Amino acid sequence: MTQEIVKSDLVTLTIDGIQVSVPADTLVIRAAEQVGVQIPRFCDHPLLEPVGACRQCLVDIPDAGNGRGFPKPQASCTLPVAEGMVVHTQATSPVAEKAQQGIMEFLLVNHPLDCPVCDKGGECPLQNQAMSNGRGESRFAESGGVKRVYPKPINISAQVLLDRERCVLCARCTRFSEQIAGDPFIELLERGALQQVGIYERQPFDSYFSGNTIQICPVGALTSAAYRFRSRPFDLVSTPSIADLDACGSAIRIDHRRGKVMRRLAGNDPEVNEEWITDKDRFAFLAPRQDDRLTHPQVRDEDTGELRVASWPEAFAVAARGLKDAKKKVGLLPGGRLTAEDAYAWSKFARVVCRTNNIDFRVRPHSAEEAAFLASTVVLGAPGVGAVTYADLESARTVVLAGLEPEDEAGAIFLRLRKANQAHGTRIFSVSAVGTRGLAKTGGQLLPTVPGTEASAISALASDGEVALDAGGLILVGERLAGVPGALSAAAALAATTGARLAWVPRRAGDRGALETGCLPNLLPGGRPVADPGARVDLAAAWGVAGIPDNEGLDTDGILAELRTGGLDALVVGGVDPADVLALGGQSDKLLRKALKKAFVVALEVRSSAFTELADVVFPIAPSTDKAGTYVNWEGRVRSFGKVLDNPASLPDVRVLAGIAEERGRSIGVRTPEQAWAEMVQVGPWEGPRAATPTVVSTGSTDGGANGALVLSSWKQLLDDGRMQDGDDHLRATARRPVVLVNQATFDTLGVPEGDDVTLAGPLGSVRLPVAIGEVADGVVWAPASAPGVSIRHLVGPAGAVVTVEGGAQ
Amino acid sequence: MGTLKEQFWDPVAGFGVTFRTMFRKVVTEQYPFEKFPTAPRFHGRHQLNRWPDGLEKCIGCELCAWACPADAIYVEGDTNTDDGADGSGRFSPGERYGRVYQINYLRCILCGLCIEACPTRALTMTNEYELADTSRESLIYEKSDLLAPLLPGMELPPHPMLLGADEGDYYRGNLHPRKAEEGDA
Repeated sequence: MTQEIVKSDLVTLTIDGIQVSVPADTLVIRAAEQVGVQIPRFCDHPLLEPVGACRQCLVDIPDAGNGRGFPKPQASCTLPVAEGMVVHTQATSPVAEKAQQGIMEFLLVNHPLDCPVCDKGGECPLQNQAMSNGRGESRFAESGGVKRVYPKPINISAQVLLDRERCVLCARCTRFSEQIAGDPFIELLERGALQQVGIYERQPFDSYFSGNTIQICPVGALTSAAYRFRSRPFDLVSTPSIADLDACGSAIRIDHRRGKVMRRLAGNDPEVNEEWITDKDRFAFLAPRQDDRLTHPQVRDEDTGELRVASWPEAFAVAARGLKDAKKKVGLLPGGRLTAEDAYAWSKFARVVCRTNNIDFRVRPHSAEEAAFLASTVVLGAPGVGAVTYADLESARTVVLAGLEPEDEAGAIFLRLRKANQAHGTRIFSVSAVGTRGLAKTGGQLLPTVPGTEASAISALASDGEVALDAGGLILVGERLAGVPGALSAAAALAATTGARLAWVPRRAGDRGALETGCLPNLLPGGRPVADPGARVDLAAAWGVAGIPDNEGLDTDGILAELRTGGLDALVVGGVDPADVLALGGQSDKLLRKALKKAFVVALEVRSSAFTELADVVFPIAPSTDKAGTYVNWEGRVRSFGKVLDNPASLPDVRVLAGIAEERGRSIGVRTPEQAWAEMVQVGPWEGPRAATPTVVSTGSTDGGANGALVLSSWKQLLDDGRMQDGDDHLRATARRPVVLVNQATFDTLGVPEGDDVTLAGPLGSVRLPVAIGEVADGVVWAPASAPGVSIRHLVGPAGAVVTVEGGAQ
Repeated sequence: MGTLKEQFWDPVAGFGVTFRTMFRKVVTEQYPFEKFPTAPRFHGRHQLNRWPDGLEKCIGCELCAWACPADAIYVEGDTNTDDGADGSGRFSPGERYGRVYQINYLRCILCGLCIEACPTRALTMTNEYELADTSRESLIYEKSDLLAPLLPGMELPPHPMLLGADEGDYYRGNLHPRKAEEGDA
């Protein structure tokens, strides 16, 4: 029965004398691939709608399936197959071959043939297909034709350059922008020979996904400022890898030359990111090449009090001695950038060497409720065992976003949600204070919520007839929800009552891996709860140690508070922005700085930072290109990648921690990422009872609205002042301009024209930024948490703070 | 034991060859004290040529490196800029120039495929064949070692294009002193 249905969906046709059966609605160009015939093409792209713009794929069709043939060659990229159709491609038909050569000659009439200076030269479909399917000579040039020329290149954004003369008008870039990214700021202008890709003159190509157009351009018309003239395809060694800048786990390809990364391209992983990545994933790879990259271990000289270069064995010994001499407890802040293997080493180092559970990967607003939520609901979820996947996003009926702005925080999720909405009208709702452009592009609807009241808003969805969340629905909660008491409990309860499935989307690539490996005060590797004696015994047996510390440790807030009061006198820290640590407690920097100076601090960093300045021992750590490893993405999908560059100057965290542990006389048993992975597999997931879902009751109210005070809604945009984005000024120039976003009612009280600077003042201070009107909940003002040059989370206050906005001069 | 001829006549006959050669022209070359010119198209050390105004012909396209069967050539391209008052970043006509250009003469087999690949005739070969040295480093020739010397009338780059409105004029051989109205772009 099933077989019959499948069979009836197949259409049989003859291509070049070979009979082939393909599913109905397959395009002829792809059916031809099935029989091994590559029809030349430029505009055709499997993930874009067919358009038939370039006409390069012409084929001869003597029988369209109805006994009659097409009188002229047809574009095979727009023609669906039909039963009994007969197709002759260039391989067998002189008609098709001549038609293709004619089209190629047309396309090359105005092409500048500047292949020697073109970045695409060597990997250019136009170059390749002109050789395989073109005439040897141009009749246009021979007859004295003069090519159309344009000044070149022009910037269509700070990062994307356009050479209009090279363009073959395939419209891949414009179709990508319109169909996939939803940023139609690039369009075909003019007609005839003057037709060209262009932008509205006052609006640059402002898209977080603009880099994809460079990659899919079949000629060298779109190039990136970062890669322009840097290299040639034959120079480059390509290594598949995984994007390390968000939790999407996007497949990328890293092209490197002589020990330097030259560019990153999107990989092709239909289950994750398809063929698209964000501009951050594509261009932000220069950070490890900055001047402040650490190249040697350093220890603080006892006599001078200054950091000096030391050998690895000396640094290991000094670190081990310092940790041994720590009279009280040790705290560990591994940060959210670790590979799963490195996170596992941190987790084991904390339990076996420091004998503490004071470890927390979260360096952002967090809560004990979040830790309980992660331990009960999130950890150990994976695509094979029922966790939400990208495919589920695409087929969901309803998606509720809470504390998550996908375009800024998880680009691949944004593209999938947009695809789902465009394809079959998936309804998307956002529990947020701001209706963003990203939400509008996914066809989403704002459920206006004042920051701080998300918990009650989420609870109310259970009985919301319009949202009608049911088993076909998904709830995506962002890490920002941890800052709102009760919100994660409410989300878990909502999932339980409606049957909708729940997924947690962190921002950093290493967050989920750190969770799975137990870099939390209440969780051990493999999702084992600290509070469960059985889990502790199980893990101690697997590790061959006497015991695991039995009391839950301190979270990041707790570690910092204890440091300030002297309750902890040693800290191991890695990949943590000191400014973030400062912003967490909201307390005086001086107090913490003094405490850190007094405490014994071991820093594991790629580049020097304020933390390495305060540290007693500094270890240079390999960035993700210099080590093999695994990221676990938000789905729980394991995304392994190999080493790209060999750089002996720095080591992975696991090797450094193993070195310290051995000096301390308490081995962690693994020294390489491969060994760590093998041990992680051996230790395995916890099969016993999970921790209970948190049931924190929302405090529910904020001070917003009263006395004209406003509540700040805020999150980090995709491109901001993050250290991982350092080094590429072109990329940073494409970051969105920071604004203070208010609704019309609030705007009317300010008395300044739109675009004028206003003063945004909060608990930490004030900044002046231009004001803009947007879809913002009453009593709320939105500003980016960070932007190039303006770090609002440090200058004004965290999301949820009570702020004031004042117009007029300062 | 040989015949009588072999024992007595052959040794003397050998001296006959020596004696005869004394009256012939000497073929020994007194290199390095006397140097003879090579064949005109001998494949010797490379040279990076200049346009008559001193701008480099090399556009950093790396086709020479691509063609090289011995992987002896290393090139890095970069962008010419006209920002400065004197065209501070312009080394060649057009957009692109070769910022780094190295030929490793320990690897080079002087086959000449690179000069065939060069689209601008920037790379040619001289007749110089004395390519011996005592260290590896000194046999990796940098761009400064390979560039043709400045002839009279040439100006050391960086400087603006002096002989045409754009790179097309250079490539088409339409070289003429630049007129004032031919913008700076």
